[in-house]
Amino acid sequence: MRVLKLKKGDFVLFLKSLKRFGELWGPVKKGDSYVYARAEPENFDLKAIRTIIPAKKFFLPKKSTILKFKNGEWREHQEVVNRVIFGLHPCEIHALNIYHKFYSRLYPDTYYLKNREANLIIGLSCIPDDKCFCANTRTSVVDEGFDLFLTDLGDKFLVWIGSPKGETAIRHVGHLFETVTAEDIEDYITWRKERDEAFQLKIPLEGMPEIVSFSYESSIWDVMGEACLSCGTCTMVCPTCTCFDIQDEYDIKAEEMNRERLWYSCVYREYSMVAGGHNFREARSERLKLWYTHKLVGFMSKYGSPACVGCGRCIVSCPVEINILTVVKALKKEKTGAFWERMEVKNA
Amino acid sequence: MLEAKKINKNPYMPEKARIVRKYDLTEDVRFFQIRIINPDLVLPLTSSYKPGQFMMLSIPNVGEAPFSITSTPSRPGVFEFCIRKVGKLTTKLFELKENSVVWLRGPFGNGFPVEQMVGKDLLFVAGGLGVAPLRSLLLYALDNRELFGKIFYLHGARTPKDMLFREEFFRLKERDDFECYLSVDSDPLGVWPFDIGVVTDLFKYVKVNAANTAAVVCGPPVMYKFVVNKFLELGVPDNQIFMTLERKMKCGMGKCGQCVVGHKYVCVDGPVFTLWDVKNIRGLI
Repeated sequence: MRVLKLKKGDFVLFLKSLKRFGELWGPVKKGDSYVYARAEPENFDLKAIRTIIPAKKFFLPKKSTILKFKNGEWREHQEVVNRVIFGLHPCEIHALNIYHKFYSRLYPDTYYLKNREANLIIGLSCIPDDKCFCANTRTSVVDEGFDLFLTDLGDKFLVWIGSPKGETAIRHVGHLFETVTAEDIEDYITWRKERDEAFQLKIPLEGMPEIVSFSYESSIWDVMGEACLSCGTCTMVCPTCTCFDIQDEYDIKAEEMNRERLWYSCVYREYSMVAGGHNFREARSERLKLWYTHKLVGFMSKYGSPACVGCGRCIVSCPVEINILTVVKALKKEKTGAFWERMEVKNA
Repeated sequence: MLEAKKINKNPYMPEKARIVRKYDLTEDVRFFQIRIINPDLVLPLTSSYKPGQFMMLSIPNVGEAPFSITSTPSRPGVFEFCIRKVGKLTTKLFELKENSVVWLRGPFGNGFPVEQMVGKDLLFVAGGLGVAPLRSLLLYALDNRELFGKIFYLHGARTPKDMLFREEFFRLKERDDFECYLSVDSDPLGVWPFDIGVVTDLFKYVKVNAANTAAVVCGPPVMYKFVVNKFLELGVPDNQIFMTLERKMKCGMGKCGQCVVGHKYVCVDGPVFTLWDVKNIRGLI
């Protein structure tokens, strides 16, 4: 892959030059967290850690009309927005690669594919915080799924060019880019060493398929099920969660019917409920088990890696401390420190 | 660099179709014949599906749901469904008159592995609404009778009036080239001329070469355990015992996730599973 150098001072100029590809989106501070927002590049936060909602929102919007029905006929509907999305960390790009694998297999999803084509993806390196564990999920380095990838070396970026579209993006402003020198490579090696040593959290997932399998009947699921609020936050913030619901909605003003696709969650009670009221997963524990079995066992057996990219969003977001860290610990019979652990002691 | 994918036809776009014929099979189960309107698609779609596959049927503003195809691709022209009035969509569907428009997507699902069944004895056990997908395979086998060994069809219903396709099976019983046994759990009016009892009692009539038999069961969940035990007693191997399952589905294409069990999407990896699958994927049954 071709790698070039971009001076930090030219960064804003470069990103502005990309506006011809579409709207400029990137990580912006919001309260104590970050969000992907449409903004000028001066406002992008280069030190941003995980955003609240992952970049999947650009490819499978939270809610989108996929078909419209009027005068007795259906017609296809999609609002494709051309965007330049800046600031995706390696875990985020790995998650999008899972999305790509998933949505382009079997019956390729035309909506997803069009969104993918309309977006220019610019990755950005990061330094892990205490909730990142992408070293364990082997998603701390990425070599495909982006158009450009920027590694921040302080006063300069190294820029990996990952696609012909990325090549086109820098061609117009070629004068901003320089060839990489031996000194740059040394700086990168130093940075990389620091980055790799910065991981504080370790969640080894290697043995998980067997452990989850053996723990299928474990009472720990009931304990967590008791604590779970079925709020669906874990699935909304998870960058590898792909599930959706389809609902028909009548638009009175337009006198037409919209077939809507909405994010959906396997922890919702209605998720596995069929007409007539039978629910294949009535208990919250059953639904939680489905989520973690799917991430750690199912996906592993199908694609050879877990459907977890180590972003730490569930650790930050779950209001009742049910997340990849506590679940893995609990299944390995380690202390989790979660409040429901004490609940178990009380019940026992 | 990720592999570029060609953007094909939108798989969410339904195909316009009409109800050409409908009649009640029982109090709450109705038979529907539905014909695709586009003349270029009628034959390709209705002659190429596999028994055991399903279609997504929708009514705008009401919703979309999966239904087993109960017709056979060996008799193309229309799709047939056998539908119980149980929810929002089916209630609306039951209000529609003949010639009304409905929308279809599909066919979806793996269907029965018919090519693996060729040359084998076939043993069907149907209970209640489970007859819907099994009728498709049975009619397919009867239309291609020379491809299969012995065929046994066992069908149970609660009472005579609950038996779906009753008259059709009465006629099929008269055929000499396969064995059809019907039973009812109870016969309150005293009119039933055949066996009375649970469907597993009918196994006393079954004479198949178990090692070379494809055994197929579909019915209410409670039935599976008893019927599968009977198959195993006969000596049918795990991978030759087939069952077809029901789940909530919104896309039919392995995407929306609502039918997922373990790492299997019932809509694309199923709805037909073998006993081996069922033993190895928790939560299938």
